[in-house]
Amino acid sequence: MSGETGHRPILAPVVYPETRPFWDAAAQGRLLLKRCVACGEAHYFPRSLCPFCLSDRTEWQQASGRGSIHTYSVTRRAGPVVYVIAYVTLDEGPTMMTNIIDCEPDSVRIGQRVEVVFKPSDGGPPVPMFRPVAA
Amino acid sequence: MSIKNKACIAGIFEHPTRKAAGKSVAQLHAECAKGALDDAGLSLRDVDGYFCAGDAPGMLNALTMADYMGLKLRHVDSTDTGGSSYLVHVSHAAQAIAAGKCDVALITLAGRPRSEGSSGTRVRTAPPDVPEAPFENPFGPVTVNLYAMAAMRHMHQYGTTSEQLAWIKVAASHHAQHNPHAMLRDLVTVDEVLASPLISDPLHRLDCCVVSDGGGALLVARPEIARSLKRPLVSVIGAGEASKGLAGGKFDLTCSGAAWSGARAFEEAGVSPSDIRYASIYDSFTITVLIQIEDLGFCDKGEGGRFVADGNLISGSGRLPVNTDGGGLCNNHPANRGGITKVIEAVRQLRGEAHPAVQVKNCTVALAQGTGGSLGTRHGSATLIMERA
Repeated sequence: MSGETGHRPILAPVVYPETRPFWDAAAQGRLLLKRCVACGEAHYFPRSLCPFCLSDRTEWQQASGRGSIHTYSVTRRAGPVVYVIAYVTLDEGPTMMTNIIDCEPDSVRIGQRVEVVFKPSDGGPPVPMFRPVAA
Repeated sequence: MSIKNKACIAGIFEHPTRKAAGKSVAQLHAECAKGALDDAGLSLRDVDGYFCAGDAPGMLNALTMADYMGLKLRHVDSTDTGGSSYLVHVSHAAQAIAAGKCDVALITLAGRPRSEGSSGTRVRTAPPDVPEAPFENPFGPVTVNLYAMAAMRHMHQYGTTSEQLAWIKVAASHHAQHNPHAMLRDLVTVDEVLASPLISDPLHRLDCCVVSDGGGALLVARPEIARSLKRPLVSVIGAGEASKGLAGGKFDLTCSGAAWSGARAFEEAGVSPSDIRYASIYDSFTITVLIQIEDLGFCDKGEGGRFVADGNLISGSGRLPVNTDGGGLCNNHPANRGGITKVIEAVRQLRGEAHPAVQVKNCTVALAQGTGGSLGTRHGSATLIMERA
């Protein structure tokens, strides 16, 4: 079915020491965020230095894995598989690029509630995608 | 220090080719440089500053091109902000001229994406050392779906419609029918835009710009030098730059850096949007135009859909003539970077050298707006305001 990801290559994320905890957690099915101890802001994608205040006092925080679709696009003509690229706003605040999966692409809507599900990449750690849940 | 009236655009050239399978990128750059020098009435020896971006070949692209063209330089700048680079270059050239670092600056752009089979639906695989790459590449970002996500959010937030976006393409086609070099010269209707295939919702094929080979060049000169030439005088009176990204995951995709670069340019120029007689607005996609028009202050935020509808961007009948060469949507988007053609058509308008069918009457002040990168992730914005002196 077109909403499945298995037919589209999922490029393996390159893992650096700076982001290894994120990918180690992903392998256990957990979504991590970075939060700044100095200014209190959570951010995504994770960095060693806070993009809001450049403090180097950032720490990992487990996210709920729940959020809502901020925007999306059903990508129909980029390769043989139709897929849904999206930005999901996590309940903790930051918005992240992802795919919406396990549903009909044409049923996706802005504001829809979603939850994280980790999908295998091609030779790397699993990556965080999202599927709709009942509101 | 202000750059107002410190530099003039003395030479312009848009390469007539749209498919250059048999030419090298360096050759195209040099042909564009030659065309701009001929237009200005200047020679190679007059050039002492050179500006190019990532489309020029090689890691040391400015030095490679300077050597290829036989330039002897005292000022070099290879700032790359994607498609907006060449507007940034005009601003930087004006700054360098004002500071006495050069007298005549050459800016070139060229590329062969059409011959090389480039496409806006190819996955944008950032190199692995780019920090965001592991957090974006797996999800299949391509040029068109990133802009599409900005469009989708704008529609959700402001009620913008596909019909309104289509009007931007319709206006471009009205202008392109008069441009013998334009890639797409056929008039299109709103219905035809909507009937073209959805590439990435909500953007249709006709919401996307062309992929063309070619290039362009500009010469920015000290006013005393420009006045000695036999060409209408076009003065740079304001410039602004901005960068915008995903800001740690807290961002608004319905806004572009044009909100900041535009405000800075208007302030320096001492003019307001109502003073602008003609505007070149970067048009990689229809949504790119709409968002920038709002951010530049031609209408309120969220009103862009209503503003662009019903032919309001068509020269002669609309309130704001935009992209009278046909723009990237119909005419030319060389090297997948449309910034230089935006400046070129604005200068044509100010000189009174646009096609008579699209020439804006009494075109005294014009604006050129560029965006480089992606509205859907991170981009550079540059605004230039120019005046017929």
